Amino acid sequence: MRARSVVSHVLLAAVALAFLYPLIFAVATALKPPGETFATTSLLGSELRWRNFADVFDYVPFHRYILNGVLVAGAGTLVVLAASALSAYAFAALRWRGREGVFLLFLATLMVPQEVLVVPMFLLMQAFGWVDSYQSLIFPWAFTAFGSFLLRQFFRSVPRELREAARIDGAGELRTFLQIMLPLARPAMGVLAVFTFITYWNSFLWPLIMINDVTERGTVPLGLRLFFGQNGNEWHLVMAASIVSLLPTLLLLIALQKHLVKGIAAAGLAGR
Amino acid sequence: MRRGEQWSALAFATPSVLGLGLFTLFPVGMAVVMSLFSWPMLGTSEFVGLDNFRYLFGADPTFVAALRNTFVFTGLYVPLNIVLALALAFWINRSRWKNLWRVLFFIPAITPMVANAVIWKLLFQMVGREPNLLADGRTALLSVVAMSVWQGFGYNMIVFSAAINELPRPVLEAAAIDGASGLRRLVSVQLPLMSPALFFATIMTVINALQVFTQPYILTAGGPGNATSTLVMNIYQAGFQSRDLGLAAAGAWVLFAIILLVTAVQFVGQRRWVHYES
Repeated sequence: MRARSVVSHVLLAAVALAFLYPLIFAVATALKPPGETFATTSLLGSELRWRNFADVFDYVPFHRYILNGVLVAGAGTLVVLAASALSAYAFAALRWRGREGVFLLFLATLMVPQEVLVVPMFLLMQAFGWVDSYQSLIFPWAFTAFGSFLLRQFFRSVPRELREAARIDGAGELRTFLQIMLPLARPAMGVLAVFTFITYWNSFLWPLIMINDVTERGTVPLGLRLFFGQNGNEWHLVMAASIVSLLPTLLLLIALQKHLVKGIAAAGLAGR
Repeated sequence: MRRGEQWSALAFATPSVLGLGLFTLFPVGMAVVMSLFSWPMLGTSEFVGLDNFRYLFGADPTFVAALRNTFVFTGLYVPLNIVLALALAFWINRSRWKNLWRVLFFIPAITPMVANAVIWKLLFQMVGREPNLLADGRTALLSVVAMSVWQGFGYNMIVFSAAINELPRPVLEAAAIDGASGLRRLVSVQLPLMSPALFFATIMTVINALQVFTQPYILTAGGPGNATSTLVMNIYQAGFQSRDLGLAAAGAWVLFAIILLVTAVQFVGQRRWVHYES
């Protein structure tokens, strides 16, 4: 039995290693000196050239893309959290006429693929004068029903007595929401925040449509694509740039692994 | 119902209702209208009835190919993704370091698709076959599928791994005591118990697959020829390269209709194989 378990683990480790090979290969190539990418079949070059990473930042304003990405994803996440939590509270804790109907309408919007929205959304952005702006990256996708849905499930699990006690103590709805419900919802809010941030960070199609001045307002995927288009033959730099763009998401994953796994298990969906 | 509650509910729901109305409901309606117009990005638009749809299925040199590629991609990607995710979920769940494996296999699912695709583009060039796998019309789409499965299955693996954890112990033990073999337990007990998770994951994976864009955009730009162009790529090119917004809206509606149809068929079909606990 023990021997079988050891064999199983060794095999599993081998599979994981093969699975992660593209990333290992990318790191190794990112550290090769110029011109060596295709020169040898060995994974490592003649030296480990850490300068390549600095070179990426010299070639293009990668720090700018990262800042833009943080700004857009951070602001987007805040709007998503605020709007979702407020409406989730209305759906879960308050009784009002039309509640079920509006909630169904919310759920129905989850069915609409982004591609149906991008064409008219482009016109809307033109009408707002938002083409090539940060706002255009932040607001159009900040009001998804997914967050309301996720947090509503959570708020519903909070016993009604808790809110009634707060009310008897004289707290209004806003105070009950801010001081009782929100602190309780912290784990669910955390999961929603991480997923939202990563979705914004990785988003590609919409920024590709909206942003003309990539050097000024490009996010990381746009910057990486531009870099790839301009320096496509300098693979060591392209790999270094790729590693730089995926590092923040990797760090988030490592830092929040437990919650993430739980979040996926609980939410099941999340627009991937 | 207290009157105050009605008003505060309104206040709480307003930001989301307004946002969804402006950024989802309004564009959906607008997309219907636009698909019936010749709507250039610059210049005046004109009502043309169903001409955009007629063009897509008739004269458009790429749309039908893109449609076919999208179906082939989905038909290959979804089963590969689900089977791989399921197999690894069962495998890692027997390990003490389950969480470590979950995180490792999840990595490419969370890193930017553009970065993943750029890395694979170099990998495909290194394979050292002439023409390389992405440049050969017979292998290009398969290569895009391979890269996509690699990057995407970790998500379903976590969903399944969590579902396996939830399997009721007494039922599994009863099956073992009754002498059911490992395979028999898997097919007759474990998989049926997991069927709601399987159903849900399949629905979501199909919807995502039908919307494939970034991988072929970076890896092949749709080529060689039209070998890897997809529906969303076609919509993007029509709208934002040819600047024909009406045509793009029509293409988007075809995509939406396919998603609705495929999802509806799966919901009808679920009665045969999905078991919910009563």
